[in-house]
Amino acid sequence: MALDKTGIAKRIAQELQNGWYVNLGIGIPTLVANYIPEGIDVEFQSENGVLGMGQFPLEEEVDADLINAGKQTITVKKGASFFDSAMSFAMIRGQHVQLTVLGAMEVSQNGDIANWKIPGKMVKGMGGAMDLVASAENIIVAMMHSNKAGESKILKECTLPLTGVGCVKKVVTELAVMEIKDGAFHLIERAPGVSVEEIISKTEGKLIVPDQVPEMKI
Amino acid sequence: MNKVVKNVEEALIGIQDGMTLMIGGFGLCGIPENSIAQLVKLNVRDLTCISNNAGVDDFGLGLLLQQKQIKKMISSYVGENAEFERQMLSGELIVDLIPQGSLAERCRAGGAGIPAFFTPAGYGTEVAEGKEVRVFNGKPHILEEALTADYAIVKAWKGDTEGNLVFKATARNFNPMMAMAGKITVAEVEELVPAGTLDPNFIHTPGIFVQRIFQGQKFEKRIEQRTTR
Repeated sequence: MALDKTGIAKRIAQELQNGWYVNLGIGIPTLVANYIPEGIDVEFQSENGVLGMGQFPLEEEVDADLINAGKQTITVKKGASFFDSAMSFAMIRGQHVQLTVLGAMEVSQNGDIANWKIPGKMVKGMGGAMDLVASAENIIVAMMHSNKAGESKILKECTLPLTGVGCVKKVVTELAVMEIKDGAFHLIERAPGVSVEEIISKTEGKLIVPDQVPEMKI
Repeated sequence: MNKVVKNVEEALIGIQDGMTLMIGGFGLCGIPENSIAQLVKLNVRDLTCISNNAGVDDFGLGLLLQQKQIKKMISSYVGENAEFERQMLSGELIVDLIPQGSLAERCRAGGAGIPAFFTPAGYGTEVAEGKEVRVFNGKPHILEEALTADYAIVKAWKGDTEGNLVFKATARNFNPMMAMAGKITVAEVEELVPAGTLDPNFIHTPGIFVQRIFQGQKFEKRIEQRTTR
C-alpha cells in the first residue's frame, strides 16, 4: 500500500545521522521531526533564525515571537540559539547544515527541482529554498509521485521554473525511495505492498531498477 | 547620542511618495506594526518595499497593498497573501522575488559597504537572468548587488535612548540587516529604556545604525499559524 504523509516522514527520518544539523521545509518535511530514531541526536535549524527547534507549544506556551519558517508557533530545546537571517543563511550556504529536506512540485532525473511557481497561476515565492538547494550537500525531497491529475512528477526534465539544478540526491514518495545519480533515478526501495511495475508506470524519468527492490521498513 | 523621538508620527517624518523602504519582519513576526499603521495613515504612494513577505491580506504590509500604496515589492515569499498574489499576477504590482538568503545578504551588504557578492543560490533559475555568472571552486555563482533604502523601519524588543537594540527570539530575522542598510533607520521598540540599562555584551544592533527610536503604542502580534500540541 502506498504510504501516507506520515509514512514518508517516517522513512525520511531513518536517514538522520547522529550529530547532524537538519533543515526541514514546510509540509511533509516538518513531520520528520516527530520520528527521530532512538539514540540519534540531531538539531533542527529553521531558516528564519533558530537552531534547536523543539516541539509545538502547549496552549499556554504560545509566543508570537517564536515561530518556524512555516510561520507555526514552536518551542526551543535546551541549548537553542537565535540569530538573524544573514547568519542563518551563512549556516546554510556555508554548508554547516548537513541535511535539507524539502517538498517539490517536480524533480528531474539529473536532480533539478521545481517548487516555487506555476507561471500565470500560482506564485508562492522561493523563500529560502533556492539558497538551501544550491548549497546543501545532502538534499532529500519529500513528495507525491504524481500530481492530482495522475501525471508523474518524477520527470526527465522539469516543466516548471526551476528552484535549483542538479542538486537533489534522494527522493522519497508514497511509492518509492529513489537515488538520483548519473542522470537517472535509481529505485532503492518500494513502499510495502507496492509493485515495481506500479512505480515504473508512474515514473516518467529514466528509472534504473535493480533485480531486487526491498520493501521499506516503516 | 539621544535618538529618541516622541512617537510614530515624528519617527516617520520625511517619508515621501516614491521612496524605497525596508520593513523588517518574517511573516507577521517582528514587523513594525505601529509604523505600518502610520504609513497607511500618511497614504504615501508609489513605494518600493523591501521585505521578506508582504504580511497577510489584512495585516502587516498587506494593509499597504490593499490601499495600492506599493508600486514594487522586493521579497522572497508571497505566501498566503491572496491580494499580493492577485496584484502580482495581474501586473499591477512589480515584484522582484529573490532567494531569502540573498535578500538577507543583500541588505547586510548594503549596510556593510559591499556593493555586490557572488552566491550559488538561484544559479540556473530565472533569478539568475541578466546576472553575471562566475565559477569558484568548480561551482557556478551569480552576482547579487547590495540593497539600501531611503528608510529602514525595524522592530525590536528592547531599545535604549542611544538606539541600541535587542531582539526577541525569531522576531529578530531581517531587522538587524535592514537597520544597517537604511539611510535613515527607524526602530520601534516594545520597551524603551535609559542608556546603561541594557548590557553592552548583549546588544544585537549597535546604536550607530539607528537614527530614530520610539516605543510603540501597542503591539497586536498576530500569529499566522497558531500550532499547539
